[in-house]
Amino acid sequence: MRKFMFAAVAAFLSGTFALAAQAAGEQDPAPSRSWSFSGPFGTYDRAAAQRGFQVYKEVCAACHSVKYLAYRNLRDLGFSEAEVKAIAAQYEVTDGPNDDGEMFQRPAVPADRFKSPFANDKAARAANGGALPPDLSLIAKARPNGANYLHALLSGYREPPADFAVPEGLHYNPYFAGKRIAMAPPLNADAVTYADGTQASVDQMAHDVTTFLMWAAEPKLEDRHSLGFKVILFLIVLTGLFYAVKRKVWADVH
Amino acid sequence: MAFQTNNRIIKWIDYRLPVFSFAHHSLIEYPTPKNLSYWWNFGSLAGIMLVVQIVTGIVLAMHYTPHVDHAFASVEHIMRNVNYGWLIRYMHANGASMFFIVVFIHIFRGLYYGSYKSPREVLWFLGVIILLLMMATAFMGYVLPWGQMSFWGATVITNLFSAVPYVGDSIVTLLWGGFSVDNPTLNRFFSLHYLLPFVIVGVVALHLVALHQHGSGNPLGIDRKGPQDSIPFHPYYTVKDLFGLGVFFIFFAFWLFYAPNALGHPDNYIPANPLVTPAHIVPEWYFLPFYAILRAVPDKLGGVVLMFGSILILFLLPWLDTSRVRSGRFRPIFKQFFWVFVLACLALGWAGAQPPEGLPLAISRVATVYYFAYFLVILPLVGWFERPRPLPASISEPVLGAGKMAAQPAREKA
Ligand code: HEC
Ligand code: HEM
Repeated sequence: MRKFMFAAVAAFLSGTFALAAQAAGEQDPAPSRSWSFSGPFGTYDRAAAQRGFQVYKEVCAACHSVKYLAYRNLRDLGFSEAEVKAIAAQYEVTDGPNDDGEMFQRPAVPADRFKSPFANDKAARAANGGALPPDLSLIAKARPNGANYLHALLSGYREPPADFAVPEGLHYNPYFAGKRIAMAPPLNADAVTYADGTQASVDQMAHDVTTFLMWAAEPKLEDRHSLGFKVILFLIVLTGLFYAVKRKVWADVH
Repeated sequence: MAFQTNNRIIKWIDYRLPVFSFAHHSLIEYPTPKNLSYWWNFGSLAGIMLVVQIVTGIVLAMHYTPHVDHAFASVEHIMRNVNYGWLIRYMHANGASMFFIVVFIHIFRGLYYGSYKSPREVLWFLGVIILLLMMATAFMGYVLPWGQMSFWGATVITNLFSAVPYVGDSIVTLLWGGFSVDNPTLNRFFSLHYLLPFVIVGVVALHLVALHQHGSGNPLGIDRKGPQDSIPFHPYYTVKDLFGLGVFFIFFAFWLFYAPNALGHPDNYIPANPLVTPAHIVPEWYFLPFYAILRAVPDKLGGVVLMFGSILILFLLPWLDTSRVRSGRFRPIFKQFFWVFVLACLALGWAGAQPPEGLPLAISRVATVYYFAYFLVILPLVGWFERPRPLPASISEPVLGAGKMAAQPAREKA
């Protein structure tokens, strides 16, 4: 372990990025899209985020956890209390120990965290050919250009160029670092049926689930934007006053 | 005017513990040169940022858990569940960057106006000590959220000490509290991260004592000749500092509310994993120039020596700069080398963020050479052969003189 770290440090200090460069590899830049949450007045498009939750729940949740979310957080996306209760109740979670010292199963309640698909990372790897599907709670902030990247990644699977070898178990995706990803294309047209009648194209689902994941990563974005506006407005007025006073006080100097 | 009051309680206390006269003396009547420019605002801004970091840091520490299994989750708990936790945490994380921006400008101000020259050498040393303490504090703070960059940044930087001859490995073991960056490392870093800011407060107090001994310098770099050159700190500089603070807080608020993660690294939202090395390990932006110096040198020990040397050399500055004129304003040749120096520092910052190869590496090497040459060769020599422009007779004179100049604009040219 220690040796390994020294090796990493040495490689990196001497500037030979051979290994790292290979791992990072080439990757196409994700095209910019417009998002409801970008810009100083951005907010989450509730309908898109709710649809995105559906995509997560029906597709991604088979492999990916979002362990920093609790069911109660869904209230922020516009789900009613009853809806949140009903969503939570669809899952069985382990609780306990009870008075007999036994762990037991019970339906989840809004205060519970989202149930993870696997008991631990080892189990997750075992089920995914050795690759670990990362927790998605923070993924939108854990990649450069997060939202655009997620959309590009999820809708960017295609046939590899003729001279590009893709080993068994990996898939070609030009937006992924190294362009070979262990996740099979997760979205196929009409993989979900949206209750609001929106056509579930791959592009649409990628857009919706990205909105959901951005909210999962930065749930206080709307508070931040609106508070920021008020604070900056206040500071501008205050600073203007200070400036006027400063001019007045300094008028007699020189 | 000495401190006066009719309040009996204040009088009673002040007679026994002169806090009120002290505050009056150093914040109200404190005579200050009347010609300070806005570059002189950055000292008070730095002081305010220190307070912001301490206040937000103490609140964070109430909710943070310094344990490898819980640190990352506890920061997320702050971001999601603590009331206004996101605000406090983003203030603290971006506040560190703001603190460095302010302090860097404060230091460059000193370099340009020769603030380190007699009789302010000790004041300057105390400032350099503050910079070193700040760097240690910020480095350890960045480890606390225990993301990928926290972990790998800590690994890389602590490993540097292994280059020290003979005792290197022992130092590293001591820093780690074991044989790798692990829970003991996180615990001691948290402990020190909590402690050092208060040490900084102590050094700042000494910095101010030294400042008040001879008073602020000024853009002309000449001593005050009499009372006509000074104005009381209050209300003149209190209101000017408040105005500067307002402008600066608007700048701060922009980052805080609209780009709170722009100055950080996305990898730090991935929990630390000792088994996965990030493709590029980069420190926080304020360390990049030093990091570039480190990597510009092909030899590990040499790189470490130059990196630390780049700051320690500031201690020698009062003797390396041989010019007797303080202000760069009257030093036509120095001025040009100074701006190239600023450029070299910016270039180092840029190169520090790139993989150390090709053009960035070449640039970081050239800039490193210039960085040291500036202190060791250029400043001593320029001080000798440069002919400074004539200094004004007093602070009040050029202010009056400016009016006269305007009345007879053609004279100089004719
Ligand atoms: C069959 C299992 C499976 C499903 C379903 C699945 N993923 Fe993945 N996902 C993986 C695996 C395995 C990886 C790791 C890939 C790798 O490291 O090469 C991964 C990686 C990712 C990554 C990380 C890419 C990166 O930059 O490292 C994202 C983002 C992601 N998945 C999003 C999703 C979303 C959104 C969905 C639902 C639309 C989804 N996944 C559905 C298995 C799955
Ligand atoms: C000189 C002043 C200080 C500086 C420059 C500084 C800098 C930093 C930095 C850069 C981080 C990492 C932020 C992040 O990326 O999340 C951090 C985290 C932290 N700091 Fe400080 N800090 C200072 C003072 C303090 C003080 C006085 C305390 C406590 C009393 C404190 C407590 C914390 C805690 C608990 C964290 C972890 C939470 C988090 O990462 O958000 N800090 N600090």
